[in-house]
Amino acid sequence: MPRLAGKVVGQSSFYAAVVTMVVFAAFPFYWMLITTFKTDGDLYNLKSIPYWFNAPPTLEHLKYLFDDTLFVQWLSNSALIGLCVVAITLLVALPAGYGLARMPGRSGENLSIGIFLTYLVPPTLLFLPLARVVTLLGLQDSMWALVVVYPTFTIPFCTWLLMGFFKSVPREIEEAAIVDGCTVVGAFVKTVLPLSVPAILTVVIFAFTLTVQEFVYALTFISSSSEKPVTLGVATDLIRGDIFYWGELMGAALISSVPVAIAYNLFLDRFISGITGGAVK
Amino acid sequence: MSVIAQSAAPRRLARSRFTFDRLEVLGPLFIAPAILYVVVLVGLPFLLALYYSVSAYSIFNPSYTFVGLKNFREVIDSEIFRRTLANTLIFTISAQIIGLLLGKIGAMLLMQEFPGRRLARALIVLPWAVPVSLATLAWVWMFDSLYSVINWTLVAAGLIDAAHRPQWLGQEDLAMIAVAVVHAWRLFPFGVVIFLAGFTSVPQDVLDAATIDGAGFWRRNYQIILPIIAPIIMIAVIFGTVFTFTDLSVVYLLTKGGPINSTQVLGSLAFQVGILSGDVAHGAAICLFLFPFLLVAVILLLRSLRRREI
Amino acid sequence: MAAVVAKDIRKDFGEVAAVDGVSLSVHDGEFLVLLGPSGCGKTTFLRIVAGLERQTSGDVLINDEIVNDITPRARGVAMVFQSYGLYPHLTVANNIAFPLRTQGTPRPEIKRKVDWAAGLLGIDRLLHRRPRQLSGGERQRVALARALVRNPTVFLLDEPLSNLDAKLRASARSELKQFQQKVGTTTIYVTHDQVEAMGMGDRIAVVDHGKLRQVGTPSEIYDHPADDFVASFLGTPPMNLVEHDDGLLGFRPEHFLPREMLDGAVLSELPFRIDRMEYLGSERILYGALDGFQAKREVTAKLPAHVSLSGIRTGEWHKFAVREAELRYFDRDGRRIVSAKEQAR
Repeated sequence: MPRLAGKVVGQSSFYAAVVTMVVFAAFPFYWMLITTFKTDGDLYNLKSIPYWFNAPPTLEHLKYLFDDTLFVQWLSNSALIGLCVVAITLLVALPAGYGLARMPGRSGENLSIGIFLTYLVPPTLLFLPLARVVTLLGLQDSMWALVVVYPTFTIPFCTWLLMGFFKSVPREIEEAAIVDGCTVVGAFVKTVLPLSVPAILTVVIFAFTLTVQEFVYALTFISSSSEKPVTLGVATDLIRGDIFYWGELMGAALISSVPVAIAYNLFLDRFISGITGGAVK
Repeated sequence: MSVIAQSAAPRRLARSRFTFDRLEVLGPLFIAPAILYVVVLVGLPFLLALYYSVSAYSIFNPSYTFVGLKNFREVIDSEIFRRTLANTLIFTISAQIIGLLLGKIGAMLLMQEFPGRRLARALIVLPWAVPVSLATLAWVWMFDSLYSVINWTLVAAGLIDAAHRPQWLGQEDLAMIAVAVVHAWRLFPFGVVIFLAGFTSVPQDVLDAATIDGAGFWRRNYQIILPIIAPIIMIAVIFGTVFTFTDLSVVYLLTKGGPINSTQVLGSLAFQVGILSGDVAHGAAICLFLFPFLLVAVILLLRSLRRREI
Repeated sequence: MAAVVAKDIRKDFGEVAAVDGVSLSVHDGEFLVLLGPSGCGKTTFLRIVAGLERQTSGDVLINDEIVNDITPRARGVAMVFQSYGLYPHLTVANNIAFPLRTQGTPRPEIKRKVDWAAGLLGIDRLLHRRPRQLSGGERQRVALARALVRNPTVFLLDEPLSNLDAKLRASARSELKQFQQKVGTTTIYVTHDQVEAMGMGDRIAVVDHGKLRQVGTPSEIYDHPADDFVASFLGTPPMNLVEHDDGLLGFRPEHFLPREMLDGAVLSELPFRIDRMEYLGSERILYGALDGFQAKREVTAKLPAHVSLSGIRTGEWHKFAVREAELRYFDRDGRRIVSAKEQAR
């Protein structure tokens, strides 16, 4: 009997721990969700129970968001910036990763670690001088400034990721193609690239999510509402004076967060194997 | 075989093609754009920051007069700066500790098979997966001076008197707690993911051997598993520390460094001084205080990366 | 030092029975080999005996005590894994000392036992190295020392030689056997390599698809296989099995010789068409077909190389024969039909 009781206590405390942790992690998102659909009257009512709807849910915040703010503009800005940055990243990181992977000796690995380390140089160190550089280039207050600057943090990590991947592709395949008459570039494109689709996908998702999440550079370089990416627009423009438009704010936050969260979950397993890849021999 | 290479012209062509079509030549070419990007848009700005920090440059007086270490001295003398540095350290350390603890516990929980495990994992990862600024906004709303759901819950549970609702973002000590909580909340899913990766990377044979040798649950964890995954954890700690130490978004959106600069961190202070006030020189000096710390982080990271070979 | 008895052990993984009712008795001090192809359940069975897995039904007894609910450590078993399972972050000395530390053995005694075990296995000079600095053979010895150091009741070995180079395997095999004879601990050894099994085992237990096919000494298993699976699993090349009388007729390649070599015995003549020959230095393998008998594989004959092959050419039929006493008959289910004459023997 005591064994059974012990088992029950063990199981229930296990589930209690899991539930607590999940609630701690996810509650703010539930809060986002419910705020989006509550009427203003319900939201700003000190007497009501905040955890559920006291008046029927409404779409008025979402309507306002899409009709009367630049939210859609911000979303398309972010998407455009993301796509451009992904393109630049792939163009630069793919050959770089390949070159490093095929470099003889340890110099390739050392150089890649050097590139990777720049990932650790934070925006909060560089934003000041970069603001000057951006003005010099005439890109101040334009989202193209972000397109130019964002690859500084996507390229290092993606190069390192791709290098690790290309190293695991046996050279024999390219050598066979070269023996069959391909140029080096041709061999790379025809044999290695098709095999690298999962790694490339990882890079695309990673670069895109990193880009869409960024805030510091956006805050520094851009002030015109129409140029803002969604992370900046939501945080600054949905506050008129001192008044926060919480319904709209949370709605915007929710809509912008969902695709990123989904993308993250997709590539989580690859990210893990990337980090431990070297450790698990 | 010998019939093919008879005429001279094709042979010459083949040789020149061969010269350029070798990996020894093309390799550096492939790598060059990446290196160029990094040098021009990371290396040069860094040097520029150094340059500004020893000048008297500001928006209103864009001159490049050299002032030596005057800016640094002025910055260090400022009380706000000292408070800022302390804050940065406090937030970073507390976030790491909580993040590590919760990360380890979370990973241990998620290693068990139970119905809904995948959903639980997806939900636990959310804080880290979602853009910083948007997640922080949700917390701003949760800490709201009037409508805070946290306060409502505390009052409803009878723990707090309705008249004495805590002003999370308005009171110094509470604001510190609020920032620390948001940082830890953001960071612990990263810890969970790293620990999960670590736990699954320990070979089953080693775990079985430990069981056979009589190691119980705790001994297996602390004497076998943890030492083996230490390098991975180290890498994660370094990353996490850098993320928190160099943060600007959380503080800026939650408290703007207030109330009265009590929650400023290096990043947000640099932004305030360098961009909002236009004092580029001092702003750059503040930024550069991040650097020695980053250097230490980089060295530790390199050592951990080398030690990954187990 | 103990006798191990397994009574009707079953282990189900969902729908699949990995171990399907295995009953086995291992005598005290015996070296018993569990032999079978990959995935046959032998490793699962070993882990059940160790206490790492719990059987779905059945009992495990060590020294006449049921140990079903007892932890591996309390059972006193020691195990050597295929990849050795050495603790990568500990020195060799600490690896060996670990099982003693978990039991709270006092420090001077730990040192004494570690030195003794290391000495027995010839790895004293390696005590301060880490596993990653050792060769495969050295790592295996460390794993053995770690198993030995707490005087276990039973040694459980899970394919410990499969990660070694082929050359090293042969010498490691004999060293291991001598080692076991010296310490005299009951040993259960799992492998898929029948040469290892024949060379090392006091008795062999052949397992397939979770079921025990036969237990016996190497000569019993080899000369008197209980069914066609055992018959074809042991022996290189495997026993020839041809269809005969609604069952199978079997004979080993080394007993299938040219008629001229087998004078003066009761024989069965089998015309043999040779399709190809392999010269392996010490022997020759002839591949071909029998007249009038259907077989799933090529029929093989194994001749010592010093036997001349005058007159034997490929593509031709030759008179080959097998001694009557070496023929084995199997019924339609694969079980061996033992004639009354054999039983009397």
